[in-house]
Amino acid sequence: MFTAGYISQQALNGVVLGSMYALLALGMTVIYGILRLINFAHGALITLGAFCFYLCLTLLGLPFIAAIGLVMGFGALMGLVLNAAAYKKIRGGPEVSLLITSLGFYIFIENLMKLIASPQPYAFRPPVFLSQLNKVGTVTFRTIDIFIILFSLAIMALFTAFVKKTKLGIAMRATAESIETARLVGINVDRVIAIAFILGSAIASITGFMWGAKYGQISYDMGFMAGVKAFVAIVVGGVGSIPGAMLGGFILGMVEILSIGFLPPGFAAYRDGIVFAILILVLLLRPSGIMGRKEEVHV
Amino acid sequence: MLVSRIKRQLQVIIPVVFLFLILGLASTVFNRYIIHIITLAGIFIIATVSLNLTNGYSGLFSLGHAGFMAVGAYTSTLLTFPVELRKAYDLLLLPRILGGPNYQWPFLPAVLVAGLLSGLVAVLVGAPVLRLRGHYLAVASLGFMVIVETLAINLRWLTRGSIGINAIPHYTNLWWSYAWVVVTLYVIWRIVHSSYGRAMMAIRDDEIAAQVQGINPFKYRLLSFAIGAFFAGVAGALYAHLTRAIMPYVFSFGLTFQIVIMLVIGGAGTMVGPVIGATLLVAFKYAMKPLEESLRLYGFTELIYAALLILMMIKRPKGIVSGERQLLIANKAGLYLRKAMHSLRLDK
Repeated sequence: MFTAGYISQQALNGVVLGSMYALLALGMTVIYGILRLINFAHGALITLGAFCFYLCLTLLGLPFIAAIGLVMGFGALMGLVLNAAAYKKIRGGPEVSLLITSLGFYIFIENLMKLIASPQPYAFRPPVFLSQLNKVGTVTFRTIDIFIILFSLAIMALFTAFVKKTKLGIAMRATAESIETARLVGINVDRVIAIAFILGSAIASITGFMWGAKYGQISYDMGFMAGVKAFVAIVVGGVGSIPGAMLGGFILGMVEILSIGFLPPGFAAYRDGIVFAILILVLLLRPSGIMGRKEEVHV
Repeated sequence: MLVSRIKRQLQVIIPVVFLFLILGLASTVFNRYIIHIITLAGIFIIATVSLNLTNGYSGLFSLGHAGFMAVGAYTSTLLTFPVELRKAYDLLLLPRILGGPNYQWPFLPAVLVAGLLSGLVAVLVGAPVLRLRGHYLAVASLGFMVIVETLAINLRWLTRGSIGINAIPHYTNLWWSYAWVVVTLYVIWRIVHSSYGRAMMAIRDDEIAAQVQGINPFKYRLLSFAIGAFFAGVAGALYAHLTRAIMPYVFSFGLTFQIVIMLVIGGAGTMVGPVIGATLLVAFKYAMKPLEESLRLYGFTELIYAALLILMMIKRPKGIVSGERQLLIANKAGLYLRKAMHSLRLDK
């Protein structure tokens, strides 16, 4: 049963799922790093992105590139709106109210989608050139798999470069260190946070498209579990570390696919349980995640 | 000495008697549907008040409450399920240690066992997990909830998997529900106003300062987690015997977040807040239901609910009843109570 072909097939699936988790975790960790907010609304943006793409491509018949651009633009706009509508006003209050607000946004968007698009899942067809079947050696894959991996890697590379090299990226890291100090040295904190939301949300909405294209269907509640697992990826990788978040995403995707592919058939249904069991295990062994810095407690 | 003790006890007994008088009145005035909603509100009050001990007073941000409710609901269901129906429902007969194959547990002991088992699970889970803090604990406890749900779906021989169990004996009524509300409120109130409660709040406010005072944070955290879980288990058991059908997905994200939201809206870290939060949100949900169904806009209630939630967080992030307000309300209530006792000549 476990031939080389089967193993590499599963590994490919793991990498594909892992890249999507990594993308989500990337956007979420930047926001978490600055605001200490587990942004559940991030999951809603996955749903919005997927439906936006469906609208553009299937219903309006726009070309693929234009649809991708529109989806990212729409995601960015939504990020901006969410930030301006509430997060900005609540900042500095108790952490739990930020969390509840993001939960409120998630519930709002999910139910709005349920009202607009009906609770039934939609069949999601990526453009023809992406659903082509290819065969290399023993591994069969669709072009979309390669597209997801390459596109994710490109986004991650760009984002890392942005955070490392550009002035804005450095300002973002400084704000994550300490909002107060960043403000003292003349960084426009409001702008930096707004941009973090814009980037994170644009990436999340494009992940929505990938998710739909990979699994062939979209529904009003598709984003929730993905969003929660993205946060798990952040914690596994180490809170506050961008490479950690990406690593955590890949690990999570791999573990999930491998627990389906290699455990006895009866265990496949335990996949979510296994993911969270690993999370708890990682937290117990390394409370600050794989690449996270140890949190110091000041008196 | 004796007189003051009696007076203090009267301050507890009078509101309780008053509550049950109102409930008695309600049970004659309202129809069965409304009584069902009031009973359900009682169950949510138990869940929210118990979550308040961990999330409000001890500063542990737990998202695992639905998991403990699931443990309680399944335990009580399996203990009290009618023997003659067990075969038809593919449920196990009770082993000899639990009374043997022909034994069906009465309600009260089953609920107590459900609570105790939840508490035990909380100790086992909490012992490693409570060393984490803040959002790490939130995610780990959410993970616990997902694991419980996954087990409930997959251990088919025990729980019948995702189809769930129905035809559960209908035991929970208005009186059971509110008797447990009173017990929960009383126990939590006594804990909060004891040295245990003060230690928990000290840890919440500043862990290191509390340690300097000689308080062992871990011990108190575990205690509050386990007691919270005990009442969550009770709430779960009551829920199972009210709705008469349980499925794994009932005890999932939706329920956990609902309880957390009730707590935050009401006011975490206060005695009155969670009661108000739970009552308001249950009332809101069922008040909106007829509107939603007549408009055929499913999801409309949640939409408004979420909008109100966000608005609430912007305007009043500490909830309806914040600490200072609670003091005001408590003083006023105490004043009225004393006046009432005075006019009844009970204070002599």
